Amino acid sequence: MDDFFVRAVVAGLGVALVSAPVGCFIVWRRMAYFGAALAHAALLGIALGFLLSIDLVLAVIAVCVLVGLALFAMQSQRTLSEDTLLGILAHATLAAGLLAISFVESVRMDLMAYLFGDILAVTVWDVLWVWGGGIAVLAGLAGIWRPLLSISIHEELAQVDGVPVTRIRFLFMLLLSIIIAVAMKIVGILLIISLLIIPPAAARRFAATPEQMAGIGALIGSISVGGGLMASLHWDTPAGPSIVVVAALLFFVSLATSGRKAG
Amino acid sequence: MLLADLNTEFSDETLLEVRGATVSHNGHVTLDRVDLSVCRGEIVTLIGPNGSGKSTLIKVALSLLNPGSGTVFRKPGLRIGYLPQHLMVDPTLPLTVGRFLSLSPALVNTGPREALAEVGVEYVIDNPFQSLSGGEARRVLLARALIGEPDLLVLDEPSAGVDVMGQGELYDLIRKIRDERGCSVLLVSHDLHLVMAATDRVLCLNHHICCAGQPAAVAQHPEYLALFGTELRHSLALYTHDHDHHHDLAGEMVDQASHKHG
Repeated sequence: MDDFFVRAVVAGLGVALVSAPVGCFIVWRRMAYFGAALAHAALLGIALGFLLSIDLVLAVIAVCVLVGLALFAMQSQRTLSEDTLLGILAHATLAAGLLAISFVESVRMDLMAYLFGDILAVTVWDVLWVWGGGIAVLAGLAGIWRPLLSISIHEELAQVDGVPVTRIRFLFMLLLSIIIAVAMKIVGILLIISLLIIPPAAARRFAATPEQMAGIGALIGSISVGGGLMASLHWDTPAGPSIVVVAALLFFVSLATSGRKAG
Repeated sequence: MLLADLNTEFSDETLLEVRGATVSHNGHVTLDRVDLSVCRGEIVTLIGPNGSGKSTLIKVALSLLNPGSGTVFRKPGLRIGYLPQHLMVDPTLPLTVGRFLSLSPALVNTGPREALAEVGVEYVIDNPFQSLSGGEARRVLLARALIGEPDLLVLDEPSAGVDVMGQGELYDLIRKIRDERGCSVLLVSHDLHLVMAATDRVLCLNHHICCAGQPAAVAQHPEYLALFGTELRHSLALYTHDHDHHHDLAGEMVDQASHKHG
């Protein structure tokens, strides 16, 4: 097997294993659009990283956190609904990112690679970023698992119980930003949200506890990565979209399975 | 006024006191200089029509919401068990009742099973939270509030979504819990006659405090009748029907009110 393919599999599995547990909370907390908005903002981070010669992963994390904080601040005014605010921020930052990237054309950066991923081109350095960042995110998530679960059920009840709600929400947003930053090379910023939400959604029917949903989701995500990469190898299809399509197929299979059970 | 200044004015018996709380959103006043206090062992019921600011006042009392003006005092170290008005667990979250209860950080002395047994729904411990009936869900939330062995129970519409039969039983249970544990209860309801027997003191709220006092006195207060005149007749029929069997005393109070009104 070729080296590039091994690197792709290792990197893809790293993303799948960490994105399912985080993605569970995105599903439970109905934050899919929030996650998508952060991912869109990542393009601005990439552009700024090129312009200022900063490491792209760090630049993306910084921009995602800033956009998340801006959203928190804007939520306190109650004139516009949250999905409108998210729509404004997501597309404003995407457009600003595209503008900023037009200034760094000399770099000849491959825009498509950042939008849809280029997993077959990942370097050893990228793999290290994915696994290092992934392990850090999983450790962080384990640390806030219980309070995060509490505020996902009822924020005010958690607050009366003494959970530091604002701090936990911020930490979760930070973890999400790190995942987006390390996974963008793999599936791209426009598809990363699908790896976060599809595997947990597919796992829901088979899980009796929150932890089972995270574990089964990680398994389904890994199968999607493996299947997508195989398909990409055999039929020469783009790798990132192939992974997402396999995940979506598994999701529809899970719906059919549970339909038989219920019937 | 600083909390420290306030502190000296309270006897040991005051667990919670809100003074002059004013809350407004976009020029619309939700609470207008509202006072509220709860003493040790007391059941205080906050009553008012929908949208009268009851839940807002509860949030101010719990410091979930900062009032535009006014002060909130809670006895230092006060343990609060809170039952929110709405709690929907997202259907995508696989969560049993036992797991839901074990998420309480106060889970030390009372386990989930004991807490469920105290409210009479021990049998749901392994069921998914989303499969509970309205009445079971409210009892599970009550069990959650009891786990921390609270000094004060704050119950926002504890009988929301419960049928009338179940409502009477739920309020009996709340009074029994107070009698056995000696904790205080701050209760929100929109139906005074259901909670009458389980209440020491009533505050009638419609953005400001309309009237306050013993339940029987408030039930006949002109401001209360003006607020609830029509709803009263509606709820009476149900109430009498419900309590024919086991609540003579409360039934009597309703009859008086209906006599006055009808």
